[in-house]
Amino acid sequence: MNESVASLRLALVGSPNCGKTALFNLLTGGRQKVANYAGVTVERKEGRFTAPSGRGFQLLDLPGAYSLEAASPDEMITRDVCLGNFPGETVPDVIVCVADATNLRLHLRFVLEVRRLGRPMVLALNMMDAARKRGIEIDVPKLEAALGIPVIETIAVRRNGAAELVRRLDGGLPQVAAVDSGADLHAEVRAMINDAIRMPRRTAEIDDAIDRIVLHPLLGLGLLGVIMFLIFQAVFSWAAPLMEGIDAGVGFLGEQVGAGLASMPVLQSLVVDGIFAGVGGVLVFLPQILILFLFILALEESGYLPRAAFLLDRLMLKAGLTGRSFIPLLSSFACAIPGIMATRSIQDPRDRLTTILIAPLMTCSARLPVYALLIAAFIPDRTVLGIFNLQGVVLFSLYVAGIVSALAVAWVIKLVRRDKSEHALLMELPSYRVPHPRDIAIGLWERATIFLKRVGGIILSLTIILWFLSTFPGAPEGATDPAINYSLAGTLGRWMHTVFAPIGFNWQICIALVPGIAAREVAVSSLATVYALSGNEDGLQAIVATQWSLATALSLLAWYVFAPMCLSTLATVRRETNSWRQVWIMTGYLFALAYVASLLTYQIARAMST
Amino acid sequence: MRLSELSQGSDAIVQEVENVSEGDPIARRLRDYGFVRGEPVRLVGRGPIGADPLLVQIGYTRFALRRAEAARVLVEGAA
Ligand SMILES: Nc1nc2c(ncn2[C@@H]2O[C@H](COP(=O)(O)OP(=O)(O)O)[C@@H](O)[C@H]2O)c(=O)[nH]1
Ligand SMILES: [Mg+2]
Repeated sequence: MNESVASLRLALVGSPNCGKTALFNLLTGGRQKVANYAGVTVERKEGRFTAPSGRGFQLLDLPGAYSLEAASPDEMITRDVCLGNFPGETVPDVIVCVADATNLRLHLRFVLEVRRLGRPMVLALNMMDAARKRGIEIDVPKLEAALGIPVIETIAVRRNGAAELVRRLDGGLPQVAAVDSGADLHAEVRAMINDAIRMPRRTAEIDDAIDRIVLHPLLGLGLLGVIMFLIFQAVFSWAAPLMEGIDAGVGFLGEQVGAGLASMPVLQSLVVDGIFAGVGGVLVFLPQILILFLFILALEESGYLPRAAFLLDRLMLKAGLTGRSFIPLLSSFACAIPGIMATRSIQDPRDRLTTILIAPLMTCSARLPVYALLIAAFIPDRTVLGIFNLQGVVLFSLYVAGIVSALAVAWVIKLVRRDKSEHALLMELPSYRVPHPRDIAIGLWERATIFLKRVGGIILSLTIILWFLSTFPGAPEGATDPAINYSLAGTLGRWMHTVFAPIGFNWQICIALVPGIAAREVAVSSLATVYALSGNEDGLQAIVATQWSLATALSLLAWYVFAPMCLSTLATVRRETNSWRQVWIMTGYLFALAYVASLLTYQIARAMST
Repeated sequence: MRLSELSQGSDAIVQEVENVSEGDPIARRLRDYGFVRGEPVRLVGRGPIGADPLLVQIGYTRFALRRAEAARVLVEGAA
């Protein structure tokens, strides 16, 4: 690399959903999240690349903004970086403004607003592929002359789609555009469009056609229900063979390794009962998590999500939310942490807080192992109404239970809140896009890596710690019960049992709850370890099916619908709300709900079964 | 006439956006979106529950606006 040329600092700025992050990924080889709706990027992200000449560039990806008069926390970040007010960040050398070539009436206004800052800048005219397909003709030299800055066509989703942009940036600092006199920006945009752009149609024909169905009052709602339902069916029915494969593989490996350690019983127990039983118990859920994500990623890229938000806005408004809450809440099905961060795109601070508080009620993928274990153990795998898998139906209802209680909690929050002024929706509906299989594959790969890292990291460590707590101190001379009953964990479990007996939890469950607070999947691996140490040779599912009552299983399911959220979620809430009070409110209400729900479930189920 | 009173599928021209309060942030955002004098709009559709929110086309973009938001936009039937 040529060190004599100083590296230039660039910032990607533009309206939401114009392809800034796609461009960032293309240039830096990064893997930031790209999706087809406004408000995906909520933080500044930094990357680097080197031009063919050897000059180095530092590139900032920023949240999208409709205006420098920021209306939400993510827009404030962009404004502050552009103005040089962002703590620890100097003003970028060059602002790379990005605009969607199919949406210039909206995006050019913001470009003009940024131009007023009087900083060196260029305009990347992105999505030129989509523009050409729609027959949009843009006279780039004319636009360049009108704007007074370089205008470069880009296609952020195509290899080399930004080569020309790099070449131009490499040519040195662009000139600063003459600062205009405060003329009306809208009038200026209109003049530029009349002059330099020819559009056969204001919107894409295909978008209109799809929207006629998707946003139809009846068809649209029906379709939304069908899509959601299909996802849960698929999670159960497609994953089964893969899960059996993983289960058999882990079991076989455990036996082989265990046999090799036969001479060292303590180590053998740690490896077989602790690591293989525990970690293997969680690993089998990888296929289900990936199938769930396959759908989430495809929906995100398609542009359907803001439509779903449109359909549900009124319902959510009644509950004290906004349609905008839909997307953060949907992300929370993956994990509450990105979901809570995504609330930054909600403008109204009250809506944002409510959304944060109820995000943990969306069933995150870490809870899937718990649900899947209990459903597989207690709910028969049979077909109902001809086409539905009963296990899938139960899973779907658990998710629905979470959603319904989230709406109820939001409604209560609305009741107790004093400030009842108007909340805003004001949401852009993007063009539909066909998801790229490659992007989805990358997204799935990332998810798999995250999950495997969790399995190899926190889940493995907690499982090992739990093994120690469950093994020591060992049983005294002449003891008759399994050794675990005398261990620290056994003592702790029996102590907790007094609190949890009314909701039907046995002491094994009580033990599993504790590490489950750090990471929910660990509840499953802990149960597996605890039972393995209690001398059970069967698989966890078989043990649960024979040793637990149905009432206990249902009660644990109910517990996990509300399940006290994991510690990392609490840390995220603390960071995003900047308040311990909200953290306590959230923890308190979730514990209370979980306990009450489990109590009711257990007592009713028991009364009905006798 | 207000944007919220348009019938489905009809076109109009924006007159202005009213502030309902001092420095109304919703009105300001509407102007940023392009709801300014002389701009053609179309009411494309309505939400399934209580005909809310409204699906509005302005410029090359579609927005979902609640009735109360759309009511800030004064329009005049297209000539
Ligand atoms: N066809 C096409 N799609 C693009 C292009 N650039 C981005 N996209 C898509 O536009 C959407 C928004 O992209 P993203 O990078 O998340 O936008 P951001 O909000 O500006 O960061 C995603 O669905 C991308 O796949 C492009 O040049 N052509
Ligand atoms: Mg982005």
